[in-house]
Amino acid sequence: MKAHLAGRRALLALVAIALTFVSSTIILLLAGANPLEAFGHLLTGAFESPRKLGDVAVAAVPLLLCSAGMLVTFAAGLWNIGVEGQMVAGAVAATWAALAVPAPAGVMIPLTIVAGLAGGALWGLLAGVLKTYGHVHEIFAGLGLNFVSMALTNYLIFGPWKPPDGATMSGTDPFPEAAWMPVITGTRASAIPLLLAVVAIAAVYVMLRDTRWGLTLKAIGLNGQAARRMGINDRLHVLVAFAVCGGLAGLAGAVQATAVYHRLIPGISGGYGYLSQLVVLLSGLRAAWVPLVVFFFSVVQVGSPRLELRMQVDSSLGGVLQASLVLFFLLVNGLGRRLERRRE
Amino acid sequence: MKIELRDITKRFGPVVANDGISVTIEGGTIHGLLGENGAGKTTLMKILSGYQSCDAGSIFLDGRAVRLRSPAEAITAGIGMLHQDPLDIPQLSVLDNFMLGREGGWRLRREAARATLRELCARFGFALDPDAIVGALTVGERQQLELVRLLSLGIRAIILDEPTTGISAPQKALLFETLQRLAGEGLTVVFVSHKLDEVGQLCSRATVLRRGRVAGEVRAPFTADELVTLMFDQCLERSPREPACLGAPAVELRDASICTYRIALHDVSISVCAGEVLGLAGLEGSGQSLFLQACAGILPIASGAITVAGREMTRQPYRRYLEAGVAFVPAARLEEGLVSGLTVREHVALLGDGGGPFIRWPHADALAADMIRTYNIVGTPHTAVHELSGGNQQRALLALLPERLNLLLMEHPTRGLDIESADWVWSRLLQRREQGTAIIFTSTDLDELVENSDRIVVFSGGAMSQPVNACDITCEELGHLIGGRRP
Amino acid sequence: MLSPLVIDTIGSLVAASSPLVFAGIGEVLTERVGVVNLSLDGSILLAAMAGFAVAFVSGSLLAGVAAAMAVGALVALIVAYGSIALGQNQVAVGFVLTLLCADLSSFLGMPFVRIPGPTVPHWPIPGLVDIPVIGRILFNHNAMVYLSYVVIVAAWWFLAHSRPGLQLRAVGERPEAAYARGIDANRLRYVYTAVGGAFVGLAGAAYSLSVKIGWSHGHTSGMGWIALAIVIFGGWSPLRVALGAYLFGALKSLGSILQPTMPHVPTQVFQAAPFALMIVALVLVSGEATEGAARRRLPALLPVRLRRTITGLLRGTPPAGLGKTFQPD
Repeated sequence: MKAHLAGRRALLALVAIALTFVSSTIILLLAGANPLEAFGHLLTGAFESPRKLGDVAVAAVPLLLCSAGMLVTFAAGLWNIGVEGQMVAGAVAATWAALAVPAPAGVMIPLTIVAGLAGGALWGLLAGVLKTYGHVHEIFAGLGLNFVSMALTNYLIFGPWKPPDGATMSGTDPFPEAAWMPVITGTRASAIPLLLAVVAIAAVYVMLRDTRWGLTLKAIGLNGQAARRMGINDRLHVLVAFAVCGGLAGLAGAVQATAVYHRLIPGISGGYGYLSQLVVLLSGLRAAWVPLVVFFFSVVQVGSPRLELRMQVDSSLGGVLQASLVLFFLLVNGLGRRLERRRE
Repeated sequence: MKIELRDITKRFGPVVANDGISVTIEGGTIHGLLGENGAGKTTLMKILSGYQSCDAGSIFLDGRAVRLRSPAEAITAGIGMLHQDPLDIPQLSVLDNFMLGREGGWRLRREAARATLRELCARFGFALDPDAIVGALTVGERQQLELVRLLSLGIRAIILDEPTTGISAPQKALLFETLQRLAGEGLTVVFVSHKLDEVGQLCSRATVLRRGRVAGEVRAPFTADELVTLMFDQCLERSPREPACLGAPAVELRDASICTYRIALHDVSISVCAGEVLGLAGLEGSGQSLFLQACAGILPIASGAITVAGREMTRQPYRRYLEAGVAFVPAARLEEGLVSGLTVREHVALLGDGGGPFIRWPHADALAADMIRTYNIVGTPHTAVHELSGGNQQRALLALLPERLNLLLMEHPTRGLDIESADWVWSRLLQRREQGTAIIFTSTDLDELVENSDRIVVFSGGAMSQPVNACDITCEELGHLIGGRRP
Repeated sequence: MLSPLVIDTIGSLVAASSPLVFAGIGEVLTERVGVVNLSLDGSILLAAMAGFAVAFVSGSLLAGVAAAMAVGALVALIVAYGSIALGQNQVAVGFVLTLLCADLSSFLGMPFVRIPGPTVPHWPIPGLVDIPVIGRILFNHNAMVYLSYVVIVAAWWFLAHSRPGLQLRAVGERPEAAYARGIDANRLRYVYTAVGGAFVGLAGAAYSLSVKIGWSHGHTSGMGWIALAIVIFGGWSPLRVALGAYLFGALKSLGSILQPTMPHVPTQVFQAAPFALMIVALVLVSGEATEGAARRRLPALLPVRLRRTITGLLRGTPPAGLGKTFQPD
């Protein structure tokens, strides 16, 4: 029985992948580009040098962190679109720590990490409070807060934190060296963020599978009323879930600021928050599949710029590929379930 | 319009809701359809009104065979149904609800519809404000609207499903007067109810269903006794039981009032002792569920006081009741009691005793396996609870209860269970009783009530009777009490 | 008296808000029939790009508008199909489509970036434009803007006074009751989701052909999310949603107007203010407290009709059947 189910899932996945490639091919032809060449760049661009492989790791870090966080909120049946803003909040908090607190690297790095966690957690909690006490759907609370956070960033970059020679779109002044995350030689990747990201996804996996809290969240997500009857304080757990997800997203934002850009720039979250939602959907909400999907998405992220350089084709094809894969996955799954119901 | 149902059969999985039912309803009469919960009346009427299709059998209207594939087709054929909870749209106005479903062009001709509505209301003495929002109306008024709407569509037969639950006495009188007038004008009325006195008052004929089959038919004049005999099975002699070893009061209500939108319970006072079993009898929706939920802390008490195990519990939050050793087992097992989607072992782990943040799965598995063995549940620890059959879900719910309880509240403990499971459930419950747990349960099975309770109270229209000792009463007498006859 | 500058500014505000009006009203139709089309931000982008591209290539504005509307309708239908026929979460499908359409618009729109193209011609209505103040505010624009006025009135009339509109509302509130009255709930859901989507596409065309001519990446800058928010803020009523659209447009432009008078307030406060206000408004509107309080506190002396109108205006609850699927037995 289990084998039959696994086989069916594999088949559906293959169909989704096939449809993605077919549709992307059509789109590429519409744009007048060679499909094979394009796919080649997208998928192999990441492997052409150690530096590029490092970039894959750089892209994977925020994806892993945000996806880990989203799994927590999804378990409780919540749709935390506000991850993007929570990333920004974490970046802002980390920037504050980096610019305002002079200290040696040994203190700075952990400080920025803690600041990122705290900033993101706070922002997430805000969305949570709006939902539980203000009855505002978390999608709109999240979206609104996303925009507010971006405006806040712009204000800080063009206001109190602007570089002495004048404010530009390049962001704040670079952080003091002590706040820079050390990179692995020959690449742009840092070991600490990668480690944190891997630990995060592993921790979430364990948490959802083996802890009482994970099971409680699942119960709340599946049947809030029965959970309440069992004496579970669902409001409290929902708020904590928002805080945890926000914290992880905030950490991702802090890492972007300290390890990748070494400053606060507008749009520091880079759409990773939204992209991680796709990751989680494509992983079928299962933590075990997230690393593989993140790897694939990161490879595509790194390969996309090559399209612009070598083929005069917009790099957003990468995004098209990622999003259409998720869409076909959802649709094909639905179709599969419908056909099975017919058979009964 | 003469309605004839022949050999209607309908199955839902293994359950046979209607088993070869044949009923003839003469035109221009009020025909009653009776039966306890689960007897098959709702299914039969859903088939007649086009909401369900039957597996076998046929329907004849004025001698013509018809197929009713949807409610709209039924209305075209002339049959309309007035549901217990009227199928209207609460967010729209009375007038909009009236106009919805009628033929017409693109433009809504409100003035014409308003005039029609006013005319129909005047005819029956209804006072409906066309611009009121339906959600703000009382149940009785919503019924009036639906009635008037169906009539304006030209139906020649109407089915009323439990129409008098939740309407005021003057509204009821008006409704009955209207129905009698309409029947006199040639409309066929099917009156589905389990209120025996009302059926006796209104109907010229009545069909009684029991367990999916026709138990019998009576013609006016008939008495409530005749109906009771048809509705309820013969019951056996109550087996002798040791008198209960009663302890301190487990739960005590003093002049408590509990109110909801539909029904209110007023000035209830009773004391239930540890080790006592109190059975709550009465027709559906008479207030038993309110009583049970108030004891569980789910519904607040509007006035009066409640104590549990000696602790003052009025206005305390739900979790205090849990801490006080109260457990509530709902009738909607999958919707309110269990988390659909989780497995048995996950429920065990969720409710399990302390032991840190990490779940010890081997321990949970062992507990779950133990539970399955002791409670004879058909399934494994890895079975999802929504895959268990109803009976096994009930066993699981019982198994998940804490070891020691002061008060156990059960809503229809054996509904949907086969005899073996039902017996087994009661053997476990009586075990708890011996440990000193007080048990309060609702049931529509008279046998179950008389057999297992120490005392029984009867609920009727929001009022609770004085408790009766179960050993002093027979099933028949209980049936009469429920039917409304004063002892 | 208002200076000509102020009048013209208000006028350009009205014109600039017309895409938001289209998008908001389109989504009102879709949500009133019970479907959430979360893909707005992406589908507006894609429609804007398609509209401009087709108009540029074919030279015909009408073709461009038609293409944009078709794109909007198609994307909306995917959301509807994925939810009704395939049983997937509307929010999930809508969200994925947002990202997909946004990326598609960037990708396919590359050849058209920052190219001058056809514009809806300026067409002040003779006679009406001469009315003092109002004339220059409302009637000094192009056909698209006038169309937005028509759409507001038409949508209001349709929902409140037409039979199909009544059926639409019934399906959105309680599909099983609509079914009992012979209405095919799912078919209507498909139809009005597509119609709503077409209006969303129209919003895209209005943007790229009338308000901010041409095409560039992220051309419509978050308009879709704003449209979704004003639908809630506007209580799912066309008139209130239109008001919300103009209000939002005003808030955005107000930034540049008020800034000189308040130099010490950072620009970003004005940027963030609309969204912060949106959240506040949503809290007020979503809280059951407000609606209940309004109902209780309104003095009973007020005539029943007026009381009802006021509570109707304050309505903040979504259609009861929103997001839920319905399968007849």
